[in-house]
Amino acid sequence: MKKNTEQLEREFQEKIDNEVKIEPKDWMPDAYRKNLIRQISQHAHSEVIGMQPEGNWITRAPSLRAKKILLAKIQDEGGHGLYLYSAAETLGVSRDTFLQWLHEGKAKYSSIFNYPTLNWADMGAIGWLVDGAAIVNQVSLQKTSYGPYSRAMVRICKEESFHQRQGYEIMTKMARGTKEQKQMAQDALNRFWWPALMMFGPHDSDSAHSSQSLKWKIKRESNDTLRQRFIDKTIPQAELIGLTVPDPDLELQPNGSYKTGEINWDEFWNVVKGNGPCNKQRLAHHKKAHDEGRWVREACLAFAEN
Amino acid sequence: MKNQLFKYTLRLGDNALILGHRLAENCSRGPYLEEDLSITNTSLDLLGQAEAFYKYAAKVEDAGRTEDDLAYKRPEIEFYNLQLTEQPNGDFAHIQVRQFFMDAFNYYLYLQLKESKDQTLAAIAAKSLKEVTYHLRRSSEWMIRLGKGTQESKQKMQQALEDLWQFTHEMFVADEVDETLLKEGIAADLQILKKHWNTKVNEILKQANLQRPEDGYHATGSKKGYHTEYLGYILAEMQYLPRAYPHAKW
Amino acid sequence: MKTKDNQGPLWEVFTQKKQGQPFRHSGSIHAYDKNLAIEAARDLFTRRNEGTGLWVVKSEHIIDVQPEDAESFFEPANDKIYRHPTFYEIPDGVKNM
Repeated sequence: MKKNTEQLEREFQEKIDNEVKIEPKDWMPDAYRKNLIRQISQHAHSEVIGMQPEGNWITRAPSLRAKKILLAKIQDEGGHGLYLYSAAETLGVSRDTFLQWLHEGKAKYSSIFNYPTLNWADMGAIGWLVDGAAIVNQVSLQKTSYGPYSRAMVRICKEESFHQRQGYEIMTKMARGTKEQKQMAQDALNRFWWPALMMFGPHDSDSAHSSQSLKWKIKRESNDTLRQRFIDKTIPQAELIGLTVPDPDLELQPNGSYKTGEINWDEFWNVVKGNGPCNKQRLAHHKKAHDEGRWVREACLAFAEN
Repeated sequence: MKNQLFKYTLRLGDNALILGHRLAENCSRGPYLEEDLSITNTSLDLLGQAEAFYKYAAKVEDAGRTEDDLAYKRPEIEFYNLQLTEQPNGDFAHIQVRQFFMDAFNYYLYLQLKESKDQTLAAIAAKSLKEVTYHLRRSSEWMIRLGKGTQESKQKMQQALEDLWQFTHEMFVADEVDETLLKEGIAADLQILKKHWNTKVNEILKQANLQRPEDGYHATGSKKGYHTEYLGYILAEMQYLPRAYPHAKW
Repeated sequence: MKTKDNQGPLWEVFTQKKQGQPFRHSGSIHAYDKNLAIEAARDLFTRRNEGTGLWVVKSEHIIDVQPEDAESFFEPANDKIYRHPTFYEIPDGVKNM
């Protein structure tokens, strides 16, 4: 006997409530599938577009060690993009379609990658702050309800643990280095601090997808909870190496948690809508590589058929 | 002989560094994501080899320089990489043809060097040989895949062969450094290397339905520090931070 | 003439961490042919010493149990408790059985 939708939905929610993972062929509500497709592909695009701001410094890395580390890290981002595209594909959308949506501007990626990298300390700031923020989010996502997404997250978290450390190491060296290096470090923190806080998305009260995502356990914790966790972890790390967080309203509260000034949400929405410093450049770079690779992919397909 | 050994080791390091640097430039520009990662792996192998050779060169020189000094503080005229390695990425065909030529060269070079009487060179060569075996497998396959793929890919591969062929000649030009160290049982015999390289190249070109280009103009001079115009720009970019902030530690 | 352009078929990757251990599913990749598949698997899934063995298989060749068949496939095993050693009573004092 065929089950009706109501029954299926009830069973689905029961599984979620009992922490049973949902697998690709299991029944799931359309909205759950759509929500996941949006979130996972956005996450995958972020990893891949995220290769560019750091890629901007590969040819200028100042030591052999730094060059290898940076290149390996950027390669990891690409690898994480692959894990996530595969997870998203299990929901019935091909990678070609995801790429098409990205190029058409239908799919978003994290706005943080629309900021330029202007000095070498930015490589430190990205590892320390951007990966640091991403890790807080991803650790939480290891428990997401969709099996393939959860498995990708477990693998990614394992691999990313070196990313933040290498970033903080660069930042420490710069902050404790020559006068110019220290200036670069502070400048990098000044530019990346607020965009890093914005990575967690709008306040819970303004977040369109949040409450349903929490009910379905796609997201496990709210934007504001995760953001606060990141802030409380990061500020002492800045102080330890003598850098100043660019927030005049910053205040340590009696409970040990930090109260920050208000995020500039106009800037946030502007960059999300495509009007950030590097939005056009990042997308154009990706499209160009894709277009220039067409003849290679066509040749591969032709060769495989022979 | 110390001088010759220093120079010989530097050359090995320079080839690895400059080719690795060129491949690193390609990161985030691959034809599809899996290939982007694979090329980066090759680049990382080469950067590791460069580091190992420079460390040894610094030790041989014994003048207080480090591997980073050698990579970041030498001028163009003191770089001895083959001109082939510094040629721009161009399209994917140029990347793969350049890679195939160098992989075949490195493979047969390390095969000899792992028997070198210099134990450090022998050890680095033995380790590098494993990496290069994989590189050669991949670039040989790409030669065949693209040579036989579509009309367009075949034409692009043939064009890349024609463009880069002039830079293969100097791989086998021995100078006083090679000759001295060959007598000592330290360096590779470039005449033997040339024979192996030619056999491999002919074999793969045949399988790929590609034509071996005619010999014409031969680029040469890298063993004296003479390069194409491209190397200067590579170094300007690569060395900018250590040169602009000589007192900084990174 | 417009030629085809896509990412190629999907392949499943299995890695063996140490010799003697079972192969485990690591994830999937796109690749156009067998060589590219095994190489992409190597370059993606064994960068951190995660492998001494590697399998790839085209995803379309994997046969799996459909969710609607899961009950009839797996639940009949639930009551065969006599297949498990703890089902049996052994006198006290017998060691290592």
